Amino acid sequence: MTDFTEDEIRAEVRAWLTANWDPDRGLVEWRNILIDSGWGVPHWPEAWHGRGLPVGMTPVVEEEFDKVGAVGVAKMGIRTLAAATILEHGADLHKQRFLRGILTGEETWCQLFSEPGSGSDLAGAVTRADFQGGKWIINGQKVWNTSAHHADFGLLLARTDWDAVKHQGLSYFLLDMRQPGVQVHQLRQMNGHASFNQVFFTDAEIEPEYRIGEVGEGWKVATTTLMHERRGADGVRRYATGSDRPGRIYEEERAEVATVMAPYVWYPQRTGRADLLIERAKAAGCWDDPAVRQEVAKALTLARTAEWTARRAREAQQMGRPQGPEGSIGKLAASIVARACAKAHTMIAGPDAMLTGEDDGAGGVVAEILVSTPAISIAGGTDEIQRNIISERILSMPKEPRHDTDRPFRDVPRNQVG
Amino acid sequence: MKFSFSEEQTEFRNMLRRFLNDRSPTTEVRRVMETEAGYDPEVWRMMAEELGVTAIHIPEAYGGAGFGVSELAIAAEEAGRALLPSPFFGSTVMAATAIAEAGTDAQKQALLPGIAGGGTIAALAAAEPGTGWNADAFTATASPAGGTWRLTGRKSYVLDGMAAGLVVAAARLPQGGLGLFSLPADSAGLTRQPLQSMDPTRRLAQMDFDGAEAELLGGPEAGAPAWARTLDIAAVCLAGEMVGGAERLREDALEYVSMRMQFGRSIASFQVTKHKAADMLLEVELAKAAAYYAAAAADGGDEEVDQPLPALASLAKATASDTYMQTAIHAVQMHGGIGFTHDNDTQLWFKRAKASEVFLGSAADHRERMLQHWNA
Ligand SMILES: Cc1cc2nc3c(=O)[nH]c(=O)nc-3n(C[C@H](O)[C@H](O)[C@H](O)COP(=O)(O)OP(=O)(O)OC[C@H]3O[C@@H](n4cnc5c(N)ncnc54)[C@H](O)[C@@H]3O)c2cc1C
Repeated sequence: MTDFTEDEIRAEVRAWLTANWDPDRGLVEWRNILIDSGWGVPHWPEAWHGRGLPVGMTPVVEEEFDKVGAVGVAKMGIRTLAAATILEHGADLHKQRFLRGILTGEETWCQLFSEPGSGSDLAGAVTRADFQGGKWIINGQKVWNTSAHHADFGLLLARTDWDAVKHQGLSYFLLDMRQPGVQVHQLRQMNGHASFNQVFFTDAEIEPEYRIGEVGEGWKVATTTLMHERRGADGVRRYATGSDRPGRIYEEERAEVATVMAPYVWYPQRTGRADLLIERAKAAGCWDDPAVRQEVAKALTLARTAEWTARRAREAQQMGRPQGPEGSIGKLAASIVARACAKAHTMIAGPDAMLTGEDDGAGGVVAEILVSTPAISIAGGTDEIQRNIISERILSMPKEPRHDTDRPFRDVPRNQVG
Repeated sequence: MKFSFSEEQTEFRNMLRRFLNDRSPTTEVRRVMETEAGYDPEVWRMMAEELGVTAIHIPEAYGGAGFGVSELAIAAEEAGRALLPSPFFGSTVMAATAIAEAGTDAQKQALLPGIAGGGTIAALAAAEPGTGWNADAFTATASPAGGTWRLTGRKSYVLDGMAAGLVVAAARLPQGGLGLFSLPADSAGLTRQPLQSMDPTRRLAQMDFDGAEAELLGGPEAGAPAWARTLDIAAVCLAGEMVGGAERLREDALEYVSMRMQFGRSIASFQVTKHKAADMLLEVELAKAAAYYAAAAADGGDEEVDQPLPALASLAKATASDTYMQTAIHAVQMHGGIGFTHDNDTQLWFKRAKASEVFLGSAADHRERMLQHWNA
């Protein structure tokens, strides 16, 4: 991509926004216009609400939106995983039915992968899908499912064959959450929020056309979802804040943030908030403390180098070069950044790190960072799993000997839970 | 004894552990931490009357049991292991020590037996917002007022400050020295306010003194050395409490990974899990060595100890707080998703580890203090 093209795109976006952006429109009305124009998701194919631009151009377009305060399509949360999976593996029917609702924000999604007995080992899922009477009948339990209590649909990984080896007995479904066979119980987290859930299925039903990918190929589809999650597509690095500007559209956006986006309010804090370190240190009066400065410098260095590494990966992609290891280390780097930030925030806060809510001296943000950062090294695949992936797939180191993929799944030892 | 415990000490530890297993299991901790008082008065009464935990290091002349810091630290270690919500640390470890170190014979006669018996809960109001436990920076002042004193200023992070009936406060004397004062918690001119504590098993308060009348403990020269020794003993006991908590976290995490399976095998069989468990053991054992050594040094009488107490107390506090936090991080991680839930007990210790990381000063502060006192 040359600078010339980037400038051209900026000019085009700006002109389009001048002609169309109006904060007094309704949120959904505006997003529909945006979707029709292709500027909402410029890197998506032209046939599906995009402009077929390289993914690296999307931030450029977003910058132009930010300059005028224009609201974008809905792109926070699990919806992004649904969109990516449907775009890659979905039939036209799925794309037609779901993509627009994802982008307008009218339909909310959750990811139904983890189970009480299988988290790191997602392919060990024992929630069953049986084809009976022309429908898929679902029985079993999922857990840790973010925003399932708001969700209209779920990305479901379930077992359709118990005699096949583990990874070949799974299928992938788009499940309607609003049905009697689906029960959702919220779970409270150590940071006080209740963003994730237990989901129970008792003869829940799925129409045959809402399977995605072939029967027995669910793992392949799930891998796409996971790859996007681990690259940060779940909006880990986005802030669900909404703008405080006046105008109908901002009001509606704020309402969205307060409701369906509520499970994600603490997501910025789980990254460690490197962006707050210096201002917090100044406010706390310890910006001259050499020990504090060392920790802040370490955390900022990690945060920046992780960001630059992600940028290297993106630019390589933009230039059509093969992805190097940069693309795979982002999730692990994010964990390390979060921990370094938590440590630095603790030093800065000093005794105030014992306090929470309004008493923590920063409106509760620091306290929330300290009890939210542990999530980032677990959610979306633990640090240990990321290290396995990096060592075995990127570095081609020998795999662990396995005893769960050489026999029919029903003979694999597993947890007696759920 | 700095490298081993006597049979009596071990028996004392075992008795406490049995009592706390019985009386303060995590279900009780969770119940009590939601109550307004933040501790169970009945458990507190039993600890005082039946186990004598409130009297351990208070001299026999003042109604105590006359044991040393080593025994006090054992109790702190067991309380930390059980995550016992109780005013033990604020009252027995901090306030009683301050009175014992600063007070005149008559003052000790008047104040300590109540604390030793558990009927009086006391709190030590020393730290201030912004400056923490650095006494050189305390700004609260004391001014003489016809044979008594009046205190003015703000104290914060006062452990068990709301539960206390008796307050010991540190304030600057007119000549600039440090004084320790005592006053009833309901004195006119003293306003207390609970702080929202991240660790609900450990209650903190802010205290505002606005000319509150107080009695100077000892003379004008007594405050500074008494405060220094109180901080040392509190740091030693906090180190004990932290290694107790860290060891519990380590054991629980090991138990969890031993029963959890993924990929058709025990997650304990993955080498990375084993290495993590081994590192946790190593760190906790090192921190225990520091805590025990410092406690023995506080009791004195051992010529082999070649470093002053402030150096050893700070060494122990810094080591134990780093270890506790790291152990807590590992423990959550080893549990996976469950470790991040409110219902899993790991988070309770995690929050205590976080609070202990900064209580009485950060590890960096204590490492600096260690070197300032180090005998090179
Ligand atoms: C905030 C949050 C949000 C989440 N949201 C969702 C969601 O929306 N949908 C969803 O489906 N799931 C979700 N999860 C679940 C998450 O993906 C799992 O918790 C995670 O993959 C770990 O699985 P587990 O909890 O079963 O832990 P386990 O897999 O039991 O792991 C326990 C420990 O064993 C280690 N371990 C496991 N296998 C290996 C190995 N092979 N080598 C070395 N170590 C190993 C792990 O690293 C970990 O330390 C969420 C989790 C969190 C914390």
